[in-house]
Amino acid sequence: MQTAYPLFSVLPLAAAFFNLLVTKLNKKVADYIAFVVTGTLAVMAVLTVFEAPFAYRVGGFPAPWGILLISDGLSSLTLVIINVIAFLAVIYSTKYMTMYTAKPKYYSLLLLMIAGMNGVVCTGDLFNLFVFLEVASLASYALVGFGCEHEELEASFKYLILGEVASTAILFGIAFLYSMTGTLNMPDLARQLEIVGINKAVAFVIALFIMGFGLKASTVPFHAWLPDAHPSAPAPISALLSGVLIKAIGVYAIARIMFDVVGPNAMVSTILMFLGALSMVVGVFLAVGQSDIKRMLAYHSISQMGYVMIGLGLGLNPNVPALVAAMALFGGIYHFVNHAVFKSLLFLCAGSFEFRTGTRNRYEMGGLIRKMPVTSTACSIASLSISGVPPFNGFWSKLIIIVALVQAGYYIYGGIAVLVAFVTLVSFIKLQRFVIFGQLPARFAALKESPFAMTFPLVVLAILCLGLGLAYPFLDHSVLQAARNALLDKLSYMGYILGG
Amino acid sequence: MVLYFLTLVLFVMGVYCLIAKKNIIKKIIGLTITDYAINLFIILIGYRANGIAPILFKNMTMKELSEQGVDPLPQALVLTSIVIGLGVLSLMTAICLRLYEKYKTFDMGEINRLKG
Repeated sequence: MQTAYPLFSVLPLAAAFFNLLVTKLNKKVADYIAFVVTGTLAVMAVLTVFEAPFAYRVGGFPAPWGILLISDGLSSLTLVIINVIAFLAVIYSTKYMTMYTAKPKYYSLLLLMIAGMNGVVCTGDLFNLFVFLEVASLASYALVGFGCEHEELEASFKYLILGEVASTAILFGIAFLYSMTGTLNMPDLARQLEIVGINKAVAFVIALFIMGFGLKASTVPFHAWLPDAHPSAPAPISALLSGVLIKAIGVYAIARIMFDVVGPNAMVSTILMFLGALSMVVGVFLAVGQSDIKRMLAYHSISQMGYVMIGLGLGLNPNVPALVAAMALFGGIYHFVNHAVFKSLLFLCAGSFEFRTGTRNRYEMGGLIRKMPVTSTACSIASLSISGVPPFNGFWSKLIIIVALVQAGYYIYGGIAVLVAFVTLVSFIKLQRFVIFGQLPARFAALKESPFAMTFPLVVLAILCLGLGLAYPFLDHSVLQAARNALLDKLSYMGYILGG
Repeated sequence: MVLYFLTLVLFVMGVYCLIAKKNIIKKIIGLTITDYAINLFIILIGYRANGIAPILFKNMTMKELSEQGVDPLPQALVLTSIVIGLGVLSLMTAICLRLYEKYKTFDMGEINRLKG
């Protein structure tokens, strides 16, 4: 796998380009190209998990000068999430995207987005991270406006302006760091910052990064674009945006920079925990009143990312006992994985309902379990997972985060986390009541289940939701622990500059 | 120092344009100005008075080069950043044109079907 590591971003990038050329001759090939490429990437990502950490030198240049690609526990775990969900989204798209025109262009944009996300996760160079982040963001702006209707274009434009402000802040931060340290290599930067310490300039850079990456991850003061942008995209793209994109270019980037480059710091920890708690509360209360299913799910994304942020924030605090910090971080990463699974499942279910009923308003649906049993069951499983009902996966990760918060003495944050889990449950019970159970409207009497290509990804993700929850007490957690240790062990991250 | 200050003025002008103007074309111009301000800032990082191009000629030692040559990395970064800016600008203009086709206006105040 080591020599093939750059393929994670090169393969989809090349496929996105050739896809447009080949489909000039034959439009049907687009489905197969996307299927084969994302399938290969998913297999490669799963293989990477079993590899020892390594660093790949692009072009063979030694470390501080050339670009490093780094594979460790966290990046391989994130690669698995990205590529497996992208693969399932592509299978889903083959039928779902018949609602739209210009399918080849859609696949090219999707592949570009995957290339960008994989690049962000693989890289060990700050400017390289910025470039891939822009590739992923640009593709996602275009995909949000893919329908070219009034609302979609408006959402896309709003997302574009805010996203570019965030990118500008990130680029400014990178330029500032370079002027201070004279390096862009992340392990080298970590070493340089160890010498400089946290002075005013570094604090300014941290503020810029929290604003920039926080906007990409849609934490609360910067969340305004998400409830518009995520529902406007086609359903498989909503699943990728909410399930993967905000994690890969938002939370992953924050975690990587704050833990491995800047290092544990009480001030940053306080900020991240506060933003996390704020996101949890604001997101969930705005979600309760929504009638559009996808819009409601988008608000829940904000709220659930709050859990991840609060877990990461507590893990970053050097003043709490090391074991508690490690536990919070473990919970945060576990929730990161779980949220990717159940939120993409929920968005795909919403898309499946929309595909057959033609509406996203939950008050216009009802009794769909009698007509669409597979989609409805999958939707129920995902709803129970996101609201943290035992033994589904969401329960365990929320439990770990709450226990860690209480043990660290943050009783108020712990209480907020419990309250938010409860409100989430209420909100999803309403969803169940109006969409899956209840009266079936007369006009849906002839409704059929969605085609196999759309139900298959739902079934796989529902099994993952159940499996990750039921197996949690029994299996060993070496993959998650490796991801956690990658963040806690700053010294070995600095060591990548030598190895490779 | 004056140059840095002027870059800051440019940046603030861009941000003002982005926030205060209702017209989406003007918003795009504002965003582009902030982008250029950041690019100028990166160029200034690599600036050195009376610097020479960072190329090692035969009659030169490493020491002479490191004392006189400018830092080549910021220039490479700015090139990349300008190309990204071009991509963003063209996408923004394309969406802006489509928005005009649908809403028949460039006024952000009238493009308000979504609640945010």
